[in-house]
Amino acid sequence: MTLLTREQMAQRIARELEDGFYVNLGIGIPTLVANYIPENISIVLQSENGLLGIGPFPIDGQEDADLINAGKQTITTIPEASFFSNADSFAMIRGGHIDLTVLGALEVDQEGNLANWMIPGKMVKGMGGAMDLVAGTKRVIVCMQHKNKAGESKILKKCSLPLTGVKCVNKIVTDMAVLEFTKEGLKLLEKAPGITVEEIKNSTEADLIIEGEIPDMIF
Amino acid sequence: MNKIIKSALESIKDIKDGDTLMLGGFGLCGIPENLIFALREKGIKNLTCISNNAGVNDFGIGLLLQQKQVKKMISSYVGENDLFERMVLSGELEIELVPQGTLAERIRAGGAGIGGFYTPTGVGTIIADGKETKIIDGREYILELPLKADFSLIKGYIGDTSGNLVYRKTARNFNPMMATAGRITIAEVEEIVEIGILNPEEVITPGIYVKRLIKGEHYQKRIEQKTVRKV
Repeated sequence: MTLLTREQMAQRIARELEDGFYVNLGIGIPTLVANYIPENISIVLQSENGLLGIGPFPIDGQEDADLINAGKQTITTIPEASFFSNADSFAMIRGGHIDLTVLGALEVDQEGNLANWMIPGKMVKGMGGAMDLVAGTKRVIVCMQHKNKAGESKILKKCSLPLTGVKCVNKIVTDMAVLEFTKEGLKLLEKAPGITVEEIKNSTEADLIIEGEIPDMIF
Repeated sequence: MNKIIKSALESIKDIKDGDTLMLGGFGLCGIPENLIFALREKGIKNLTCISNNAGVNDFGIGLLLQQKQVKKMISSYVGENDLFERMVLSGELEIELVPQGTLAERIRAGGAGIGGFYTPTGVGTIIADGKETKIIDGREYILELPLKADFSLIKGYIGDTSGNLVYRKTARNFNPMMATAGRITIAEVEEIVEIGILNPEEVITPGIYVKRLIKGEHYQKRIEQKTVRKV
């Protein structure tokens, strides 16, 4: 069984982007999505610390301490960029003006609940902007490994960890599959090449809707 | 009206033990470096600090944590500071975590005379515990209350002698809201100009909010995650 790499997951998520989307990418694998934006569409990336219009990373020597993304990485801006305060940034997010956000997760459950900020008993680093993003963004895609390091499913019947948001996830892209929340429940849409539906079922605690032939992911 | 104070230390002379401070910045970007050094030099203790992050071990608010000057932090993310982690686990430091957008809006509300607001952020999570909820147009919201401070310590790019401020790039972040929510707001800037130089159309923080202004003497402007493109 060959699981997808981080880059392949990012490539698959990039196919969810539509021309004209304003997008907020979380830290980690979601950030990699920016490397795979299709050439024929135009996307504007938002950074919750107060920038609309993130550009590529700077050339060595041209980094600017006053210009960072939410992951505190040095960045550049695109020509149509604008700067604003965190209050304005989260008005933009909470107000439903951002089309899509991509976030990592510790757990997702079959109700679409998300847990990605806290493990009781371990040091709590904080939720940052995640709770606001999932409460306000039009579409939420979770990007994560299908199973945790202990080999247990991260897609559960019910989240066990403290939640980030309730019924907020639209789609999950993992290293094994693409799944979508529908009115009927969590539906298996695509499988990673070389992975069988049986393997996905065995790796998923949540109830899955599996209808017909499940196609391979296209990157 | 001249608001310029000669030194950072003089500008914070009436901050006392137990005060609540707001400190601008996101990570180490747009933090009031010189004012933080002055707080450290003065050695004021038992501070409650409202700031999105807690600096790193040896810079930003981390400098105040090292000296055990902080009693409580109100922040959204404190992950870059392992000194912080040790102090929380040992009970030396209290932490209140607030979702970032809620933190920004509570500060804005504090400065704008708003008694509270209903937000969808955190509904159904432990953040909602004990808070009033309300259904508006079929959606659930929680009531969040404003934040104010005895002093707000902020960082601008250029200020004029009347206290008008402009910011630079993403160093703006929490600074404009905090400027409005402190009983006394002290701003440090990289350059001070005479009135009339800043374009009124481009002023972000009007001078009414800034009681004291200093020119920061030293800026390290540390970068947390230098990330560059392969050429």
